[in-house]
Amino acid sequence: IGTNEWLRIGSTFHSLHAIAAEAAPRRLPGNKNSYGADDGIEEIEAGGLVLRCFQTRTGMKFVITAEPGTPDIDYVLREIYVLYTDCALKDPFYELEMPIRCELFAQGVDALIERVEKAASIGKR
Amino acid sequence: NYSSLPPSTMNRAVASSANILDRPLGRGLRSSSTSEGFVSSSAFAYLYSELVQYHQSRVASISELERRLESAGYGVGLKVLELLAYRARESKRETRVMSILQFVSSAVWKSLFGKAADSLERSIDHADEFMIVDYEPITSTYVSVPADLGQLSVDAYISGIVAGVLDGAGFPARVTAHSVTIEEGENPKPPINQGLPPRKDKAVFLVKFSSEVLERDAALDR
Repeated sequence: IGTNEWLRIGSTFHSLHAIAAEAAPRRLPGNKNSYGADDGIEEIEAGGLVLRCFQTRTGMKFVITAEPGTPDIDYVLREIYVLYTDCALKDPFYELEMPIRCELFAQGVDALIERVEKAASIGKR
Repeated sequence: NYSSLPPSTMNRAVASSANILDRPLGRGLRSSSTSEGFVSSSAFAYLYSELVQYHQSRVASISELERRLESAGYGVGLKVLELLAYRARESKRETRVMSILQFVSSAVWKSLFGKAADSLERSIDHADEFMIVDYEPITSTYVSVPADLGQLSVDAYISGIVAGVLDGAGFPARVTAHSVTIEEGENPKPPINQGLPPRKDKAVFLVKFSSEVLERDAALDR
C-alpha cells in the first residue's frame, strides 16, 4: 500500500476515533480519558482481525492490526513508542509529521516483531 | 562538554553559588576520580540533533555540513586537551606521534565517551595516515542518514574534536569521519542501548598528519 493510502487510512482512523468519543453513551469531562489522552477508540475486534490503538500523553496514536488471539499487543505498542522516540525523534533528518523513513526505526520494528513472533511460537509449543 | 575551570575554583563555586550557571556540570571531581559526572544520553542526542539541523538549513552541500560540524568540535578538542593535561598533572607533554594517538584514543575517548576507542590502526598504504575506530559513536547512535545524503557522517563533530586535540598538542592533522560497514562477526559487543538493532556501520576517524609532523617524528628517532 502506497504512502498516500496510509495517510488516508490514518486520517480516517483519527476521525473515527474522535467521533466514537462523541457518540459514546458516557462522555468523559473534556473528552480526555484517565491517562490524559483523548477519549476514543481503543480496540476494534472483528472476525479476522484485532485493531488496537495506543495513545501517548502527547496525543500521538500508535495503531496496530493483528490476528485475533495475538498476545502482548500492548507490549508491542509500547516498545514501538520507545523506538519512535529513539530512532525518529532523535534523528536530525526526520521531519515531524512526515512519514517515518528512518532506517534505524524500520530495523528496530522488524527486530521487535521478529522477537515477539519467536516468543509467541515458543509459547504455543 | 566540561567547563575549563580548574578544580579549586569549581569546589568553591559549588558551596557559594545558587546560580545554576556557576555550578559545575555533573558531579565533578568530588564524586570519584574515574566518573566525571553523567549527562543523559537522550539530552545529548536531542541537543546534537538540533545542532545538525541548524547547520543543515544553512549549507548547500554535504561537505560543507561536515566542515561546520568539524569546526564545532574543534574548540571542544582544544579545551579538552588543556583540561586533561591539567588533570593528569604530568610534567611532560607528548612529543611522539604514537603517544599522542594513544592519548587521544584512550584518555580523550574515556573522558568524553566513558570508554576507550575500539581500536587504533596504522594505514598500510600511507605512512601519514592512522585510523581510530569506534563501533558506537554517541553522535550517531540514533541517526539514520537518508539515501540522498549518501556519504555524510554526522560523526564529523568527533573528528573536529580529534583535530582540535592534535592541533593543540602540536601535531597538525586533517581528520575525517567515515562510516564503514561492519564485516560479519567483527563486533562481538551488543549495542549499548538494548532496544536498538545492532549497528551496521562503524565510525572510522582517518587522521592524516601534516608532513612536518612525520619529519619531526622521524628526526626524533635518530
